[in-house]
Order: sequence, then C-alpha cells, then structure tokens
Amino acid sequence: MDLRFAVQLGIIGFIFFMLINASAILVLAERKVMGFMQQRYGPYLVGPWGLLQPLADIVKLLMKEELRPKGADRWLFTLAPILSVTAAFAAFATVPVGAETTFFGLLDEPVKLGAADVNVGVLVVFAITSMGVYGIVLAGWSSNSKYSLMGGLRASAQMISYELAYATSLAAVILLAGSLSIREVVDAQAGFWWDVVPRWYVFLQPIGFIIYVIAGVAETNRAPFDFPEAEQELVAGYNTEYSSVRFALFPQAEYINMATMSAVATDLYLGGWHGIPLLDAYGLSWVTFLLKVGLILFTYIWVRWTVPRYRYDQLMGFGWKWLFPASVLNLIVTAAVVLYFNV
Amino acid sequence: MSETIIFYLLSGLAIVASALVIGQRNPMYSVMLLIASFGALAGLYIQLDAPFVAVAQIIIYAGAIMVLFLFVVMLLNAPQEDAAEWDQLHPFRQRGVARFGAMLAALLIVQLGWALLKMTELDVPVGGETSAATVSSVRELGRVLFDRHAFAFEATSILILVAMVGAVVLARREGPQS
Repeated sequence: MDLRFAVQLGIIGFIFFMLINASAILVLAERKVMGFMQQRYGPYLVGPWGLLQPLADIVKLLMKEELRPKGADRWLFTLAPILSVTAAFAAFATVPVGAETTFFGLLDEPVKLGAADVNVGVLVVFAITSMGVYGIVLAGWSSNSKYSLMGGLRASAQMISYELAYATSLAAVILLAGSLSIREVVDAQAGFWWDVVPRWYVFLQPIGFIIYVIAGVAETNRAPFDFPEAEQELVAGYNTEYSSVRFALFPQAEYINMATMSAVATDLYLGGWHGIPLLDAYGLSWVTFLLKVGLILFTYIWVRWTVPRYRYDQLMGFGWKWLFPASVLNLIVTAAVVLYFNV
Repeated sequence: MSETIIFYLLSGLAIVASALVIGQRNPMYSVMLLIASFGALAGLYIQLDAPFVAVAQIIIYAGAIMVLFLFVVMLLNAPQEDAAEWDQLHPFRQRGVARFGAMLAALLIVQLGWALLKMTELDVPVGGETSAATVSSVRELGRVLFDRHAFAFEATSILILVAMVGAVVLARREGPQS
C-alpha cells in the first residue's frame, strides 16, 4: 500500500466523519438559529452555549426502545432507514471539496481533495440523490399506517416533480462549462472579470441558481416544502411509526442531503474553492469552500423558519407550471447563447 | 483478479435478483428486487469502462421508472396476489397457453446456446481503437445520436409522444366535465 493510496483513504474517511458531524452541527445550528429568530436562546444547558446538545439528543435516541408495529412489513421496515442514509452518504462521493494540495509540502505529488473524481460526477450525484426517495417511500408503505403512507406518497410525487427542474437547471451549467466533471466545472470558474467580479456561474445563471436552490429545498423535503412530514396533517409523516436509532437515521439523512445540496451548489454556481486568493496561496482552498457551504446552509435554515408551508396542490402546481418551464426556458436560452458565441 | 471476482458477484446478483422478481408474491418485493438487478447491471457497465451508461441506467431505470412502478403498486395497494383464484381463472394457466409458453422457453434456450457457441468463435479484440471508453464518452455519444441516428432519434420521440397522447385520451373521463 503506497502513500498516495493511504492519503486517499484518509481523505475519504475524513469526509465521511465530517458528514456524520455535519448532521450534529446542523441540528444544533437549526435550533440556535430558530431560537434567535424567535427571540429566545435555543438550547443552552448542555455544555457551554449548548454545544453538547446534539450528543445528548443522540444518547437519548439510543436509549429508546426500538418498536415495530404489528402489521408492518418486517424487511422493508428495517431496510428503509438504511437505504435513506446510505444514499445520503453515497451522494457526496463525487463532490470535490478543495483544490489539489500537497498538504503544505508534506507530499511529493498533489492530491485532489474529494472522495472520488469521476468524469460524469454531476450525473452520479444526481443519480444517487434520486435513489434517496426509496427510503422515504418504503418507510411510508411498510409502516402499515395511513399517516405514513400519505407521507410516503407525497414524498414520491414531490421528489419526482422537482427532480426535473433540478436536473434541467444543472444541465445549463454543464453546457457553460462543457464538462460533466464537477472538478472541471469548478476550475472553469477560477479568476475574475475585470479583476473585481469573480467568474462564478451564479452571475451567468442567476435564474438557474434560484431554480436549483428552490428545487433543492423541495428535494430535501424541508420547509416550506416539508409535506412528507407535515405535523399538523400527518402526525409526523413517513417516520410516524419509527423510534430509536431507526428514527434518528431519517433526520440524519435529511441533514446530510442538505450538506450535499449546498456543496454541489457551491461547486457548480459559487465557484467552489475559488474566490479568496489569499487562502488559495496558502493551500487552504477548502476553507473558502466550507465558508460558502456554511452560508448556503444558513440560508436553508433561515428560509425554514421564515416562510410558512404551502398547500399541497400549490406545491405541485408551482413545480410543474412555473419551476419546470422556467428551467427549460433557461436551458434553451443558455444553449442558444453558448452555440452563438461558441464559448 | 479482483475485477473477475466483482464481475461474478455483480452478474450473480443481477441473475438471482431477476429470478426472484418473478417468484415474489408481494409486488413490493418484486419492485425492490428489480431495482437491485438494475443496480448490479450498472455496476457491470462501470466494469466495461462505460460510466455514462451506468449512470444513465441508474437515473432512468432505477431512479425514475421504478419510482413510478412503486407509486402504482402503493396506490393499488395489492400486498398479496391471491394464488387460488389465479390458478383457475387466469388465461395463462390454460393448458394450450402453457404448452405454447414452454415451447417458446425451449426456443429461447436453444437460441441462447447457439449465440454463446458463436461468441467463442468470434475473436473480438478488447480495447484498441474503438474501446468502450471512447465509444461511451458523452460527447461522442451525443454526436452520434444527433448526427448519424438523428432520424431514429426523432422517430422514437414521436412514438413516445403518441403513447403519451394515447394514454391521456384513454384515461380521460367521458361526458361533461365538472
């Protein structure tokens, strides 16, 4: 086993570890931000500034009894949360998180920061994200409960509808960059226009970016699109019958999916790790990347506690009648411009 | 060596899962096993140096079409097929139909055997100029699809459109709309 292989394994392990942490950090961040927005403190008793609250949550969930309803389908009930969280982790596999680095000169050859570098990376992310819906649908069906079933049905309808707009907005970026590899798309955004404005695709694709973010919120089933678990109508939606660790896996998958969405948005629209030349010079490009991802994640939480939930028919109507046509129009205009100017 | 092991694992998974799809009484399990079979096929495509085809397989079949299957199965809510009634009523259980099916199956086995024997005679070079990597590159695939096979491509899309319009016409309610 040579050094390069070991370093790559280390990077993969670290990304995996950080994704597990991401869900804990996001749980805390969500409750803190929600608290500030509602003019209260949020969790503050466990540890300094409530920092150990996620740990307490996890220990509590581990101690709970694991229940399975009598009429539930044995195999699919167990499989559903596993499928959900596996798809969430796997989707991050081809997302690069930083420029090539030698770790401050420790290595002879630079390594790419990211779990895997595939030449169809954008499509791999999209393919695995689309597998995530099975976890929710199966959870809803196998629980043998009408609330769960309603949640599962809503989830599948919603995710099919918004996947179209999501993929079409991505296609416009791929056209601009002329590559399906996420790393190449990021590197196409290096540098500045007139030495001031960074060459990020968000400035060329403002509509595409907005569509991506909206569809991303719907894909991760978060408010204002959290119909699969609308508390007031469906108790808790698809995960009503779950408890203990099996229950914990669903929010974990949701938070990891959020992190993946934000990381992909950063890579494809916000120039990835480019933008702060000072950090680039010191080989700390991933710090820039983390800052941008954090900014998008904060926006996600901000939106959740600001915008009230839509009605279900409004959701489907908006997806099919506004978002999807807008993304198709965006794609056609982009294609025409790329073809005309041959950029 | 490890590639051979992975190949046999994936192809074994694909075959076993496909066989089990037919054997399940619960249509929900059939759908899940079919997804597993598609996943194994995608793995085989990756081994053939065709990542784009593999990803397309996952996106289109496992990600989109099977979600629709699952949707329909869930909405129909048919957890168990009633075997006793099927035995007597279903036309496929009639004697003549069964014989015809057996004949077709035998024919298929003969054909497969013949094709496999032929395969060993052909000496196709692996790699070389037209390796899988160049054939399956997205750019090359797009060029061939919209250039050489443009007519077939457009004809197929019209065919799909006809099917969609037909489905809408068939599903539409007759009489005055409320």
